[in-house]
Amino acid sequence: MTAAEYPVESFRGGTIQQKLTRTSVVVILTALVLTTSAVVPYYLIAGRRSIAGELNVQAQMIALNSTSALLFDDERAATETLAALQADRNVLAAAIYTSRGTLFASYEAQPSSATAPRTTIAVPVRDAIRFSGLLAQADQTIIARGRTAGYVHIVYSLRALLVDVVRFLLITAAVLVVAVFGALMAARRVQRDLTVPITQLAGAALAVSRKTDYTVRVPPNHAIGELGMLIDTFNAMLSQIQARDEELDASARRYQRLNEDLERRVAERTSELQVINKELEAFTYSVSHDLRAPLRRIDGFSGMLAEKYGPELGTDGTHFLARIREGTLHMGRLIDDLLNLARLGRKELTPRPTDLTSIVTRVIDGLGRESEGRTIQWKREPLPVVQCDPALMEVVLTNLLSNAVKYTRPRAEAVIEIGVERNGGAPTFFVKDNGVGFNMKYADKLFGAFQRLHRADEFEGIGIGLATVQRIIHKHNGRIWVDAELNRGATFYFSIGGTPA
Amino acid sequence: MTEKIDILLVEDNADDIELAVHALREEKLANGITIARDGEEALDIIFHRSGDADTAPPRLILLDLKLPKIDGLEVLRVVKNDPRTKAIPIVVMTSSKEERDLVESYKLGVNAYVQKPVGFDAFRSIVKELGLFWLVINQTPSPQAFGA
Repeated sequence: MTAAEYPVESFRGGTIQQKLTRTSVVVILTALVLTTSAVVPYYLIAGRRSIAGELNVQAQMIALNSTSALLFDDERAATETLAALQADRNVLAAAIYTSRGTLFASYEAQPSSATAPRTTIAVPVRDAIRFSGLLAQADQTIIARGRTAGYVHIVYSLRALLVDVVRFLLITAAVLVVAVFGALMAARRVQRDLTVPITQLAGAALAVSRKTDYTVRVPPNHAIGELGMLIDTFNAMLSQIQARDEELDASARRYQRLNEDLERRVAERTSELQVINKELEAFTYSVSHDLRAPLRRIDGFSGMLAEKYGPELGTDGTHFLARIREGTLHMGRLIDDLLNLARLGRKELTPRPTDLTSIVTRVIDGLGRESEGRTIQWKREPLPVVQCDPALMEVVLTNLLSNAVKYTRPRAEAVIEIGVERNGGAPTFFVKDNGVGFNMKYADKLFGAFQRLHRADEFEGIGIGLATVQRIIHKHNGRIWVDAELNRGATFYFSIGGTPA
Repeated sequence: MTEKIDILLVEDNADDIELAVHALREEKLANGITIARDGEEALDIIFHRSGDADTAPPRLILLDLKLPKIDGLEVLRVVKNDPRTKAIPIVVMTSSKEERDLVESYKLGVNAYVQKPVGFDAFRSIVKELGLFWLVINQTPSPQAFGA
C-alpha cells in the first residue's frame, strides 16, 4: 500500500494541508480586518483634523484679505480674493456676507445650484468648522477695526479623503489576495514537506498493522528534518521486523517440515508395527498350535510305551522315559507361559474401580495348595479401591504372593506382609516376605523373561512371573521395584500410575 | 442293520488319531469310532449317513480346527446350520487356545471347546470325561423329533 492509497476522506476535519491553509487564511484575514478597522477611522479622523486646520487657515486668510473690500464696499476685490481659492480643488464654493447677512461676494468651482451660496444668512454666525456627509463647511467672522464687518463661508469637498480611504482599502484587498496566495503556496510546500511523508508513514503503518506486510518502506527524505529522521527510524524498525518475521516464517516452515516428517515416520512405524503385530499374532497362533502338537505326541507315545512295555524297559528305561515325559510337560508349560506373556502385550486394558483387598483375599485363598503344610503369618492391611484392570491386577498379586510363599519355604514361620504406603500422590503397594531374598546386584535381572536367580531344583519356576507382573504394571503406567537382602527377604513395591478411584 | 457310529473323530494327523483312539479304546468307547481325515470327508460321512435311512448320524463329533480342504470351523458351521444335524453334539478339540477360535466356535454353536493338553495322562482323562458326559449322561433329541 502506498501513501496515495490511504483513505484521506476518513480524516475528521480534513488533512493537515487543509488545516494549515485554513488557519493561514484566517490569520491573514483577521490581521487585515483588524488593521483596516484600526487604520481607516484613524485615517478619517486625522484627515478631518488636517482639513479643519487647512480650512481654518483659508477662512482666516479670506477674512483678513476681504476686510478692506467690505469697508469700501468693493465687491470686485472681494470676488477676486475669493477666486484665489480655486488653487485648492477641494474647495467647492465660498461666499462673503455682510455683517447683516446679505451675500456680498461668491465663488463656485463649478457653478451649480447645489453649490450656489445662499443669498442671505442668519447673523451672527459662530466661527466653526462643521462636517456633514461628504462636505466640510467653515464659517469665519470678518473683524475690521474691532467690530464685525462680515462673514466668510467656505464649502469644502471631502471626496479626496474618501478616495484615499478607498485606495487604502483596495491596497489592503490586494495585500489580502497576495497573502492568501502566499498562504496557499506555503501550505502546498508544507504538504510536500510534511503531509506527504506523514501520509506515507501512516499508509505504511496501516499496511503493517492490517496486512502484516513488513516489506513496505517509506521513501526517505532528508530535506525535512525530524520527519526524515522519523522515516529513517521507521524504515529501520520495519527492516528489523521483516528480518525477524522471515526468520519466524523460516523456522515455522522448518517445524512444519519436521512435523510432517515426524508424522510420516510415525505412520510408517505404525504400519510396520501393525505388520509386525500381525506376524506376531500368526506366530503365537502357530506356536500355540504347531509346537504343542508334537509335544503331545512325544508325551502320548512315551506314555503308551511306559504302559505297554514298562516291565521290559527295566528301572533305567522307565526312569529315562519319565525324564522324557517331564521334559515334554515342562516345555508345554514354557510355551503356555510365553504365549500368555505375548497375549498380555496385545491385550487392551479395561480399567475400573477395583477393590484390591478382596483380590488379595481371593489370591491367598487360591494359594492353598502351595501353602499346604506351611506356617504362614499373613500381615494385611486394608487396601484402597483403585482404577485398574481387575483381571490383570489379580495376575500381579497372584505372582507376587505365590513368589512370597515359594521363597519363604525354608522358613519355619513365613511372614508375608501386604500393605500400602501413601506419601502423597499415588499409593505405593508392597508385598514383603522374610524369605531367602537375593543379592541386590542381580536386581536388574529380576524382571527379565526367563531370568532366574535360583536353581530350578531349589525353587521351581521358569522365570516368567515377574516379567508378566512388570508388563502389567507398565501397562497401567505404573512402576515396580524391589528391595531385597540375601537370606533376609524381599519387598516388592509397585504403584499404578492413576489416581485412587 | 443300522451301523451305529458313536463318535466321529475329525483329525488329520495320524499320530493324534492313534493317541485319541488309544485313549478312547482304553475307556471302552472305541467301538463306534469313525475317523475322518479332513473336513470334506467329515461332511461326507455326516450327511451321507444322515441321508441314508439305514444309518444313524454320529452321536458325538470330536472336531479338530486345523484341517485340510475344509477347516473345522466350516464343518461346524455347516453341521450346525442344517436342521438334520443341528442336534449332534460337537466338541472342538484343538491345540490352539486362541481367543478368536474360541469365540468363533461358540458363535457357530459349538457344544464344548477343549484345548488338548500336552500331557497324555491329562488328555486321557479329558477323553474319558467327554465320552462319559456326551454319550452316557447327556440326552439329545432324535433328528426326526428335532424337525429334520
